[in-house]
Amino acid sequence: MTATQDRPAAEIGKDRRRKEDQRLITGRTRWTDNITLPGMLHLAMVRSPFAHANITSIDTEAAKASPNVVAVLSGKDFGEELGACINAWPITPDQKTPAHSPMPADRVAFAGEIVAVVVARTAAEARDAAELVDVEYDELPAVVGIKNALKDEVLAHPDLGTNKSALWVFDSGEAGTGTDAEAAITEARANGIVIEREYRQQRLIPAFMEPRSVVVDPTSEQMTMWSATQIPHILRFALAATTGVPESKIRVIAPDVGGGFGGKLQATPEEWIAWAVARRLAKPVKYTETRSESLMAAHHGRDQVQTLTLAADKDGKVTGLKVHLDADLGSYVAIVGGGVPVLGAFMFNAIYKFPAYRFECQTVLTNTTFTDAYRGAGRPEATYAIERLMDELAAEVGVDPLEIRERNWITHEEFPFTTVAGLEYDTGNYEAATAKAKASFGYDELRREQAERRERGDRVQLGIGVSTFTEMCGLAPSRVLGSLDYGAGGWESASVRLTPLGKVEVVTGASAHGQGHETAFSQIVADRLGVPFEDVEVLHGDTQVAPKGLDTYGSRSLVVGGEALVKAVDKVIDKAKVLAAHLLEANADDLDYADGRFTVRGTDQGKAIQELATATFAGHDYPEGMELSLDADATYDPVNFNYPHGTHLCAMEVDTETGAVKMRKYTCCDDIGTIINPLIVAGQVHGGLVQGIAQALWEEAVHDEAGTLVSGSFVDYLLPTSADTISFDVVHTDEPSICTTNTLGTKGVGEAGTIASTPAVVNAVVDAVRHLGVNDVQMPCTPERVWRAIHANDGDAPTPADAMPHFQEGSLNQDEGAGA
Amino acid sequence: MIPVKFDYLAPTSVEEALSALGEHGDEAKILAGGQSLLPVLRMRLNAPEVVIDLGGISSLRGIRDDGDAIVIGAMTTHHDVRDHELVKEHVLLISKAAAEVADSQIRHRGTFGGALAHADPAGDLGAPALALGAQFVIAGAGGTRTVEADDFFVDLFETAIGDDEILTEVRIPKHTGWGAHYEKFVRVAHQWPIVAVAATVKGSIDEAKIGLTNMGSTPLRARATEAALAGASATEDGVRAAAEQAAEGTNPPSDLNGAADYRQHLARVLTGRAVLKAAGV
Repeated sequence: MTATQDRPAAEIGKDRRRKEDQRLITGRTRWTDNITLPGMLHLAMVRSPFAHANITSIDTEAAKASPNVVAVLSGKDFGEELGACINAWPITPDQKTPAHSPMPADRVAFAGEIVAVVVARTAAEARDAAELVDVEYDELPAVVGIKNALKDEVLAHPDLGTNKSALWVFDSGEAGTGTDAEAAITEARANGIVIEREYRQQRLIPAFMEPRSVVVDPTSEQMTMWSATQIPHILRFALAATTGVPESKIRVIAPDVGGGFGGKLQATPEEWIAWAVARRLAKPVKYTETRSESLMAAHHGRDQVQTLTLAADKDGKVTGLKVHLDADLGSYVAIVGGGVPVLGAFMFNAIYKFPAYRFECQTVLTNTTFTDAYRGAGRPEATYAIERLMDELAAEVGVDPLEIRERNWITHEEFPFTTVAGLEYDTGNYEAATAKAKASFGYDELRREQAERRERGDRVQLGIGVSTFTEMCGLAPSRVLGSLDYGAGGWESASVRLTPLGKVEVVTGASAHGQGHETAFSQIVADRLGVPFEDVEVLHGDTQVAPKGLDTYGSRSLVVGGEALVKAVDKVIDKAKVLAAHLLEANADDLDYADGRFTVRGTDQGKAIQELATATFAGHDYPEGMELSLDADATYDPVNFNYPHGTHLCAMEVDTETGAVKMRKYTCCDDIGTIINPLIVAGQVHGGLVQGIAQALWEEAVHDEAGTLVSGSFVDYLLPTSADTISFDVVHTDEPSICTTNTLGTKGVGEAGTIASTPAVVNAVVDAVRHLGVNDVQMPCTPERVWRAIHANDGDAPTPADAMPHFQEGSLNQDEGAGA
Repeated sequence: MIPVKFDYLAPTSVEEALSALGEHGDEAKILAGGQSLLPVLRMRLNAPEVVIDLGGISSLRGIRDDGDAIVIGAMTTHHDVRDHELVKEHVLLISKAAAEVADSQIRHRGTFGGALAHADPAGDLGAPALALGAQFVIAGAGGTRTVEADDFFVDLFETAIGDDEILTEVRIPKHTGWGAHYEKFVRVAHQWPIVAVAATVKGSIDEAKIGLTNMGSTPLRARATEAALAGASATEDGVRAAAEQAAEGTNPPSDLNGAADYRQHLARVLTGRAVLKAAGV
């Protein structure tokens, strides 16, 4: 509506360095753990060493007698006011959802669950006293691992009678979005190709840099919670809903937060316990977890077994896909818990024109740390499965993996395209992204080198992996979420305020924890309102400052929150126009707005937006009937998801003697629509790639048979550092596919790198040694697994059960009894 | 995480440190660079009542030429060991291994003597010290004694150093002109080695000395391979054949990074590579 659209964008597309970085890098900020309040007490948690046990007694006397201990409280000491950890997304009406108390009084269901809290005057004294709490347990059999859980012999929660929480099904034949997948598979068995595989999505730990921390101050009229969280608004809602404190009496602040990756999208037992203790004692309290506690008790991610059947004709044109997931929820159905694999349900068909599709997801409960969202949440799992299968299909047909994709993908002329999963993809150009990625990667040269190495039997073989991913992001249209029984909407809120001297305060309901919203949102407002970038202040992360919002996850902040911002700015300009016309004694229709200034067409008369802000503050002269404010709020509810896509190409070298793998080159060409800040996008892509690559090669949370986390420190849970990665080749299409469902034309990028990269890496590893008889290596592709896969058939190395998964009806490729 | 409360002593001489040790006995722990001890304290895996910090004893720091040996003070950092000209000239293998310890931050804090006294079988310095026949100078109330490398490493985290003794320096016989290589196998750069091989060779090849990291509860020598290499010519086939015996007598652990049989396979492959690189082939 405004003339700013005609003005060349000065800020959008510019490599602005992040406003946030100076204070973050120099430490001139406050993380939650830096907050110290007068009279503040410190908490230490007493956690169960057993994965499943009845609590028979808790003796707190010695702890209470310890120096400067104020209180020692267990589950029995609290009533309803302790509240509950909520599941906001029951995926089926009959989902089995165990009651999840922040501190159970009678029975623990995972190792690390909190059984008591010690309150002391210092953190050290609280920790010392926590060791003196004497808890007696009656150990119960623990169920660990998806396969064991499905047997229903040992139950994670005996009162539920089963470990099976919910079965969620989508069938394109029944939904009318496609044909019958079973029929396609039957036909392919007779006359085509059937690829059957079982893939393991190992359990991962989000491993954000800042451990979780919470401070609660009950000493004001509103109770205030500071938390290292992604979701201050959802926390306020959940605290009110479960602890009986009215929302109006709750303020939640997420100060600067050091990373989340989905791991801080949770209503945690620790937050609820801190809340209850502060209320009980009427004193401010703080709890900051140790890294060991974080690895053990903050929610984990992924953990699925995927049983996949892909049907195709003899030319490699896919005719149907059937997916059965078994997903490990861990001990409880966490806030989005069971919904995470369902978010993948719509993405297994990816960029392809599959005619038939069936998806089933069985969620199971085990006596392990509960699982929930982790960067990508459902979509990496789907992308991994289909992109691995497409490589397998290419090998079966005997064509290049890019060729098999091209035979199946949606061509750019076919957009908008409604998929077999029922989503409407608005725009995309898979041909362009693939062509650019191939050229930048040097695809043909690397293929030649690969052939030469194979020819001469080189000790180090080269493999090339492909991932042509898309994802649905920008969570999400509220009506769609409602149809999926999700417990909230997907809108976002923004406010734009002009200060008397003409600066701009922008309030967003998104809650940044490392994304760079302050910078990107400033660029959007600077362009749209025509004010200097430096004059825009972005406020967020405090329910008193930003009262409405749905926070940050699912690549939603820019595409949903940014659009709310645009709408608020447009309202400001509309309001300002009335005042400008009045002051300029002109007809509003004769005014143009550009570069932050209204001008009367054909004259040199004009008023800057800053002058109008001052005039509004003074209020000395304004038109009759005008509300004396230029400020505006807007709420935006997206009409669709958006669908970034890209072609990722990875070259891996595999040392066939040791099984060691080494990345040689990684090129990604992502099409994410309009780019607001290329530097921030590059950061998101680089970081996202490393997290996806880390799933392929390094990270795995392992529980032993008893349910103890074996990978309980960074000695055993391997996170990569910059020393382990290479410089990535990050390019974008020359003419991006602009998103048609938001004004800015943007698509999400926060999760893209993570979603795309994992299959590209594993495809490359498998490709390097496929000629040696390998068609899969389980993630993470440790040197040992690669080595055993290479030698599985030549007798040089024994094959443990988990190194070479094979499809077998009714049997999952896990070590019997082992966790993982 | 917060360690259990302890008293902190900072002696400025070895005598003072020994007297503190004598007073507190097994309730005390010695702090060298702290790169292993502090995580242990913070995770409350150990709770000494007294921590005796050797950081203030300047005589424990430094590297000197002592005729037929290079002497490295126990409190010399990995970084200083790696870069020292005497080390590079006369005991190159030590420099190569020190360069591979953990990451740069740790190499600036962690100490040569601290790492050896800690005796983690996955530590990078035990195997080269063993291969080079290092002598460990240990001070006690009754004076100092010298322990040969073969007798120094006793078991997992256990050495010949008594509860009331302090490792003061390590004498490493000169191997001037010997080629050397430390082949470390890890999944990520900052990880403890899954397996590592320390090899140093004279000529090509008159004599070879090979130490294995993380192939048992202590550093080990690959003696069968050493014997097979003595007087052999440094050809790829010859070295690899000799390296086939590298895992003899080893008893490596099985964990998330590899089962014992895989580690033995790695030891054979990496020994071949380490010797070839040490010999400059």
